[in-house]
Amino acid sequence: MGVLVFIETENGLPKGSSLEAVSFGKKISELEGGEVVGLCLGSLDGSAAETIGKAGATRVLHDGNSEYDKGLIAPTSSAVFAAMESTGSNYVVFAKGSLSDAVAARVSIKANASLASNLISVPTKAGDGFKAQRSIFTGKAIEEAEVKGGKVIFSIKKGAVELSSDGSTASIESTSYALNEADLKVNVLGSHKAEGDVLLPEADIVVSGGRGMKGPENWAMVEDLAKAFGAATGCSKPVSDMGWRPHHEHVGQTGVKVSPNLYVAIGISGAIQHLAGVNSSKVIVVINKDPEAPFFKAADYGIVGDAFEIVPKFTDALKGAN
Amino acid sequence: MNILVCISHVPDTTTKIKFTPDNKELDKQGVQFVIGPYDDFALARAVEIKEQIPGTKVTALNVGEADTEPTIRKALAIGADDAIRINARPTDSVFVAKQIYEIAKSGDYQLIMMGRETSDYNTGAVHGMVAEMLGWPGLSPVMKLELNGENVSLQREIEGGHEDIETSLPIVVGCQEPIAEWKIPNMRGIMSARTKPLEVKEAVSADPNVVSGNYELPAERSACKMIDPENVGELVELLKTEAKVI
Repeated sequence: MGVLVFIETENGLPKGSSLEAVSFGKKISELEGGEVVGLCLGSLDGSAAETIGKAGATRVLHDGNSEYDKGLIAPTSSAVFAAMESTGSNYVVFAKGSLSDAVAARVSIKANASLASNLISVPTKAGDGFKAQRSIFTGKAIEEAEVKGGKVIFSIKKGAVELSSDGSTASIESTSYALNEADLKVNVLGSHKAEGDVLLPEADIVVSGGRGMKGPENWAMVEDLAKAFGAATGCSKPVSDMGWRPHHEHVGQTGVKVSPNLYVAIGISGAIQHLAGVNSSKVIVVINKDPEAPFFKAADYGIVGDAFEIVPKFTDALKGAN
Repeated sequence: MNILVCISHVPDTTTKIKFTPDNKELDKQGVQFVIGPYDDFALARAVEIKEQIPGTKVTALNVGEADTEPTIRKALAIGADDAIRINARPTDSVFVAKQIYEIAKSGDYQLIMMGRETSDYNTGAVHGMVAEMLGWPGLSPVMKLELNGENVSLQREIEGGHEDIETSLPIVVGCQEPIAEWKIPNMRGIMSARTKPLEVKEAVSADPNVVSGNYELPAERSACKMIDPENVGELVELLKTEAKVI
């Protein structure tokens, strides 16, 4: 019984994707009973009790050891497993991410639990286990999988569940998990992150540019539009391959897979590999000078024309509308 | 040093996915199968390491039925020294991880490499599971990997950037670009691949935890609404009132 939710933080604030995981955990507890407990490691802002509580957890276990701020995989896995044991949780929920994916895999082995990943909706009960819809072939298809019951680790994609906001403030319980030697073989020297930007996998709106932008010097236009939207910026594979933009902005089958509410593609033709990374977006807008660009077939709204004329107008129209 | 590179056998990334009429199986007709695109990066880096460090041996490992052998031969043509095929259908992550673990613990491998995820089920869990079973560090997605004796320096991609990491062998890594450039087999590689050893082993029994059920394709989008380039304001209005996304 009981559902544990691992909550990733960014500068001490719970990530939006992790809050969705809390709401997903709440749905699992409605099926299976038991309480929903959040687990936060490292620095945590005081406001978290309210946001995590609203999303559906009744209490939050918190180990404030700053070592965890480095995002260490093995110690985090041990802490999640310890919390699973101490709370007697049969279920653990993770939101897909570079730390959580690695931790979910390790915890599934520690706990001898089933791992159901890339879930796109809340599972239903089926016998002792669950029936769960997951995204496969990089978003090109959906599978209804049968998940063995007992202990289960759920890993969800953005948008798998609606974020709930009707819960009351959670209680925060300080705790401390032992760090063991065997888990500390990895030394993170430092991380390099673009400051102040909206994180691509978390973003509700993504604005991406392709080869049609003609060069990295023209990216200010893409960034201005993204700023007007409060969006993250992405790019196509050729753009990242040519070094116009860093690899972590590459959206597509072999890059970041996104599922925002709105995806705006500028000067991207829409190769099948790019579409695989964006086709779970709710609404897609395509701006391309080639009316035959395959992306228009996968879009909801399209404009045929010169991006260099249209994008600034789009930015202005957006600013005017706000 | 011995490197184990785990490769998956998956449809080419340009494949338009379709299923058999009962929606229980992938329709393989006309589908070109390849080494998983991320696994291809792992293999390329392993072969580069072999070229840099004398005495390095690269073994390719695949969990699959006999139809994966052309894919394994391609890995040999790219530069793996030998290969192992575990004769079983790769049912789920934990099943595959257990097969890799069996090979890893009975062999003398210091570095286990694979792609960050397979491009069919995208779970990205196998490297982490194998690392946990072995009690080794497991890191993914790795974009840069340098060896200096036992010491390893690597770069791992995180949301919005990357982190620099130091650790030591043995480790398990899930790879992605730009760790190495994909290698295209040359004629000599293709010829020698025919005679390189490919051992077939039976699988250890392991119950899958997640069983495939019905497949379906995502709902198609309705036709694209075209907007006059002279009237971009209309698009903003539609996004607000019709699509309700801003």
